[in-house]
Amino acid sequence: MKNEELIAKMKAIVQPYVQDEGAFNELSEETTFVGDLKINSANLVDIILDVEDEFDIRIDNEEMEQMLSVKAAMAIVNSKIAT
Amino acid sequence: MTRVVITGMGVVAPNGVGLEAFNEAIKLGTSGVTYHDNLKAANFSCCIGGIPQVSEEKKLEYLTPLQLRGFNSSGILYGCMAGMDAWKDAGFEIDPDSDLDYECGCIFGTGTSGVEKFREAIYKVDAGEVKRMGSTVVLQTMASGISAYLGGILGLGNQVTTNSSACTTGTEAILMGFERIKNGHAKRMLVGSCSDDGPYIWGGFDAMRVMTYKHNDSPQKGSRPMSVSASGFVPGSGAGAMVLESLESAIERGACIYAEVLGGHVNSGGQRNGGTLTAPNPEAVQRCITSAIENSGIEAKTIDAINGHLTATSKDSLEIENWTKALGRTGADFPYINSLKSMVGHCLAAAGSIESVATVLQLKEQFVFPNINCEDVHPEILELIADEKIPKQLLKKELTIAAKASFGFGDVNACIIFKKYN
Repeated sequence: MKNEELIAKMKAIVQPYVQDEGAFNELSEETTFVGDLKINSANLVDIILDVEDEFDIRIDNEEMEQMLSVKAAMAIVNSKIAT
Repeated sequence: MTRVVITGMGVVAPNGVGLEAFNEAIKLGTSGVTYHDNLKAANFSCCIGGIPQVSEEKKLEYLTPLQLRGFNSSGILYGCMAGMDAWKDAGFEIDPDSDLDYECGCIFGTGTSGVEKFREAIYKVDAGEVKRMGSTVVLQTMASGISAYLGGILGLGNQVTTNSSACTTGTEAILMGFERIKNGHAKRMLVGSCSDDGPYIWGGFDAMRVMTYKHNDSPQKGSRPMSVSASGFVPGSGAGAMVLESLESAIERGACIYAEVLGGHVNSGGQRNGGTLTAPNPEAVQRCITSAIENSGIEAKTIDAINGHLTATSKDSLEIENWTKALGRTGADFPYINSLKSMVGHCLAAAGSIESVATVLQLKEQFVFPNINCEDVHPEILELIADEKIPKQLLKKELTIAAKASFGFGDVNACIIFKKYN
């Protein structure tokens, strides 16, 4: 999947949880979920569920711990949909 | 001694959502009981119930789209609505960035929280999908979910907790908040209670055959407290809330005062002397009422109106007998008495708070709301008190003191005394 396409999908997934609209508008691969977007850390598990549903994949606990930024999330999604 | 007054109220009831709609409905004797296909489909004997009408747009006035994601707890919804309304009614703003207020707390009761959400979660667990339950199962199903939601929405820094004592829950919450202010531990307490609706919360009562099955074709006639044709209670749901405040704080803020809480009492019959898990010990009920009167520093003869527990089961006559003995008043000397359950059904954990809101509205606006479905008062009750003391039409009356009592499973009792504020 192209990076732009993947970022657009990630953006749509995280939008409901975002507490900092400014950071969301400037979302890039480097953006972090809790630090930049001010997402409540409890909601990270909801984002994982939404990612799982969107891409029809399953993410394990170790991978989930890595998924703190858009870039990390994209890498994990890419590795799953490639296999 | 600190005096405690009510400076804000909110209510989500089957016959009226919001204080204004509810006030109008109780004066008109409007029933909020309707027929429910899902109860029929689940083979309930009783297919009627009282459910507040809340649109999706209305929900968004109280909770954010994020809070409503995966949200499936009707009781918490009703509790948040009533609690936030009461807070605003008392003259406070709701602002996520407000300063934390260590002088304000919350005691908001419930019976079972988020039973629909709990059902969802159990299906996930049983399917081996515990990881896919999402982040809000605990918050929606823990008993203290409602106080947790309200505490955060309003930024409360004093005690934030949930009480639970079956059908006395709401009345007990008010008394617990009252005592906290009285004891100088808080200046203001948001108090109230809420209850879920639907088959999963009502099913156990249907199984006990304590709900009426005779009015599936006439839902609005189903809830018949004090009537000879009463045949069991009608289930209800919703929430009621009050902001209690020290008189000093209320005057300092220039707040509108609905009424004063003079005092009250909470006790248990210990499932002795006729009391069981489901039936009240009459001696304890009478003692609860007389202790509430004593605690309030009034005399029984000064009570103008009673809002009873009166559920429309065979126990209504016993309740009236308990009141006559506790007050030492019978016949035409008995206070006016009514039961909101005739209009909304038995709102279970929410009953005490919704009914207390109705009682306080009566004092504020000087009226006694009508008992509906009570054209055929039970003869046992008429042997104890005069028919005219059970109003069937709206009465405009000067009221100074009103008593509210609730009795619950586990043989627990609560009685509270409100006074008009001048």
